[in-house]
Amino acid sequence: MWQFFHKLASPKFFYDFSSRLIFWLAIVTIILMASGLYMGLVEAPPDYQQKDSYRIMFIHVPAAWMSMFVYMVMAITGAINLIWRIKLADIISMSCAPLGASFTFLALVTGSIWGKPMWGTWWVWDARLTSELILLFLYLGYMALRASIEDKTNASRAAAVLALVGVVNIPIIHYSVEWWNTLHQGPTVTKFDKPSIHTSMLIPLLLMAFAFKTYFVSVLLVRTRTELLVREFRSSWARKELSK
Amino acid sequence: MTFAEFIDMGGYGSYVWSSYGIALVVLVANVVIPLLSARKQKRELLGKLKRMENS
Repeated sequence: MWQFFHKLASPKFFYDFSSRLIFWLAIVTIILMASGLYMGLVEAPPDYQQKDSYRIMFIHVPAAWMSMFVYMVMAITGAINLIWRIKLADIISMSCAPLGASFTFLALVTGSIWGKPMWGTWWVWDARLTSELILLFLYLGYMALRASIEDKTNASRAAAVLALVGVVNIPIIHYSVEWWNTLHQGPTVTKFDKPSIHTSMLIPLLLMAFAFKTYFVSVLLVRTRTELLVREFRSSWARKELSK
Repeated sequence: MTFAEFIDMGGYGSYVWSSYGIALVVLVANVVIPLLSARKQKRELLGKLKRMENS
């Protein structure tokens, strides 16, 4: 297995391998999303309290989970680049930022639209909402910092440090609903007891969550491949790839 | 359930469908933008290589 990872870090092997992976991930994403949407929008019954408005959850919750997951990928690959100077890790870290920002934006906007009919307000400055907004600023700051430093190596190191410092925000987001009084409801899935959500709603939620994950990996790979070509276009494999 | 009921979402239709609409736009944009950029970059890199070979 380690041999496989070692091979994966070689740009040429990664470029060929990811091409096939994107294709299959795209198919899996479509299947997961279609079944998740059908079960979530058609089959699942209305919530006894929130009626049909809770169906926003099937986008809101996966997007919010991804906003934190993508950040961790960005920070960890950033750290790998800082420690071992692996170029591919830096490219992945860099490709994460716009995607993570998109998921964070989606979580905030759908949460706001959900909040209006349920809480009677689009926005409150409470712990969960504010820490998620800070996450969006961290992503935007990461991208701005990268863009503002001309030397690519320096830019990648500075951005990685920023990403690592920002990791402190992730547990704050997760535990905010427990540490502070907030309008946001507590966790119903990610807790140690049995999830307090009915199977008819849990299954489409998990399907959508997996769909978002495979979607993320496939789109991340597209971005990564392009950046890899840009950085390696002088090498023989990239020349061959470009003249195809 | 009729189609009209499905669209109405028990009176929450505007909230539910605007959420799904925004999600669709964000997800599609994140596929289209990198694909277009890949095509553009490949064209530019090919041009760069040609110029390098000529000089």
